[in-house]
Amino acid sequence: MSTTEEKVKAPKEPLFSKKNKRLITDPLSDNNPITIQVLGICSALAITVQVEQAFWMSVSVIFVMVFGNLIVSLLRNLIPSRVRIIVQLVIVASLVIIVNECLQAFVPDVSEKLSVFVGLIITNCIIMGRFEAFAMSNKPFPSILDAVGNAIGYAWILVLVALIREVFGSGKIWGAAIFGNNLPGEESGLYALGYVNNNMMILPPMALIVVGVIIWIQRTRNKDLVEEH
Amino acid sequence: MKALKKVIQNLDPKFEKGGKWEKMYPLYETLSTFLFTPKHVTKKGAHIRDGVDLKRTMFMVVIAMIPALLFGIYNTGHWHYELQSYLNPEQYGAYSDYLTGFGDKVVYGLFQVLPLVIVSYGVGLAIEFIFGFVRGHGLHEGFLVSGMLIPLIMPADVPLWMVGVATAFAVVIGKEVFGGTGMNIVNIALTARAFLFFAYPTAMSGDKVWKSGTTDVIAANDGILPDGASGATALGDLASFVGDAPVVAGETIAENASSAELIQKFEGAYDPLHAIIGMIPGSVGETSMIAILLGAGLLLYTGVASWRIILSFFAGGFVFGLLMNLIGANAYMDLPAYYHLIIGGFAFGAVFMATDPVTASQTQYGKLWYGFLGGGLAVLIRVLNPAYPEGVMLAILFMNIMAPLIDHYVVQANISRRKKRFKTA
Repeated sequence: MSTTEEKVKAPKEPLFSKKNKRLITDPLSDNNPITIQVLGICSALAITVQVEQAFWMSVSVIFVMVFGNLIVSLLRNLIPSRVRIIVQLVIVASLVIIVNECLQAFVPDVSEKLSVFVGLIITNCIIMGRFEAFAMSNKPFPSILDAVGNAIGYAWILVLVALIREVFGSGKIWGAAIFGNNLPGEESGLYALGYVNNNMMILPPMALIVVGVIIWIQRTRNKDLVEEH
Repeated sequence: MKALKKVIQNLDPKFEKGGKWEKMYPLYETLSTFLFTPKHVTKKGAHIRDGVDLKRTMFMVVIAMIPALLFGIYNTGHWHYELQSYLNPEQYGAYSDYLTGFGDKVVYGLFQVLPLVIVSYGVGLAIEFIFGFVRGHGLHEGFLVSGMLIPLIMPADVPLWMVGVATAFAVVIGKEVFGGTGMNIVNIALTARAFLFFAYPTAMSGDKVWKSGTTDVIAANDGILPDGASGATALGDLASFVGDAPVVAGETIAENASSAELIQKFEGAYDPLHAIIGMIPGSVGETSMIAILLGAGLLLYTGVASWRIILSFFAGGFVFGLLMNLIGANAYMDLPAYYHLIIGGFAFGAVFMATDPVTASQTQYGKLWYGFLGGGLAVLIRVLNPAYPEGVMLAILFMNIMAPLIDHYVVQANISRRKKRFKTA
């Protein structure tokens, strides 16, 4: 019980040190939660039929993730490790309820389309994964950065997949027709030339294939990602 | 031939590593091995040598498909003019007879089918070339067969751009992703067909695509088919037996008709002999069982296809057809079992699709199981799920995925059998 012992203070890190920057940039490409860790695939398949849905889903996930990571990180020394999963679940569930209420209040039609998938953010593997892997053992500020990085890494893949699927599956971007009118009998634009929307793009298997192609391109560009076998 | 060989041999050093045209080596290799066997010899391991390489094996399959292709061309022409005869009885009235107007039908069929072949080969080979250049090898032979299979399993009226898109999808997603020829998990041609089936269902199913020019006839006749004409296939009619409004060859039959009546009507419209010769509407190459069996004979004679798979595929279909007869819950289930084997793409699938050496089971017992279950599943899908009138495509794709599992259990069974023998000894 020596009172002379001085607390060794770690040298203060700059707010956006190299390490902190990497927390944001890594998940965007080389450690992307969807294409590299292959987490959160369920929602990438389910709600990427239209860009609008994917966008609001992404916004919801970013919100839940940032605040969830922050809260878990603040509480990390108070949470008994034996019940940590339950505590994390309570936190993420409360945040999801807030998001759901907001969506219902401000964008009711989108909320209707997303239906159960907003509630299912609770079970999104990325969120619980970041709580466990990062927020439980890091300070609040890096936790926020980690959350922003991972959530945006998730979001841009989601929106990209949705863009491809909406353009080729329904010939629209954010609900606006881009190839012309495809009502039978009054076709215009590309449809008048015999173009037909690709129905398979709307089916979930195609989302899996699109994600697979993105992974393929990513691995071709960065050979370090390819596992040895 | 000798002079040509000399020319190629003289060119050889220029394409070798360090040569003038080193970058063009894939192109050179492709063209030269088309004409002559490759100059490379096996360096170690294998002791059995044979002049037959992959390219020649594949070519045998293409030759085996020619009867089906020729018949398909004529059949396409016939059904086009058959429909015209309803619209324009004075001019084409006699054409509803199968052999009348032979020349017209051949010409029409050629103009309808050859573009499909050209598009399929053009798109597929172009993609193979691109991947070959990127990966530094010659054109892989696998597409020779796929490129011919794809047009044969399409309705003759399918828009060419769709064939192009489907071929591109099948080659890239079905094959190149996994590493090219010989590495694919599912059959390439069936991948192309499945893609079209799910992506553009209006061009691949229903009752407006099987006779070339149906949509034109409908447009010329105030939006409906002429009286007595029908655009459905035998399978399409059979699928309607399960629903509320059974149809046979365009004629709606009273809802309360007994299944015996329905079957009798069906047999009247699709005579078994006609179905075996192939005088029924359907995809280009799938209708004629005789043409397909000619091809099968060549494949079996040259040892390219496995007789185990073909035989067990037919057996599986027949046995499951009999099983359906036993249940007999609706008219479709009461269909005589042999009918399943002669209508739709059953024979074509058994001979040309299921036997694909890359995607089928490799073990001898495995091949029997693979074929039997494939044929059975095809009948099950046909009868139990009227949403998919043609079950052969889905059945073979499914069995392609199951093939490694079957092989695994065959090998394991062999190991445990030998272990037991060792213990008792």
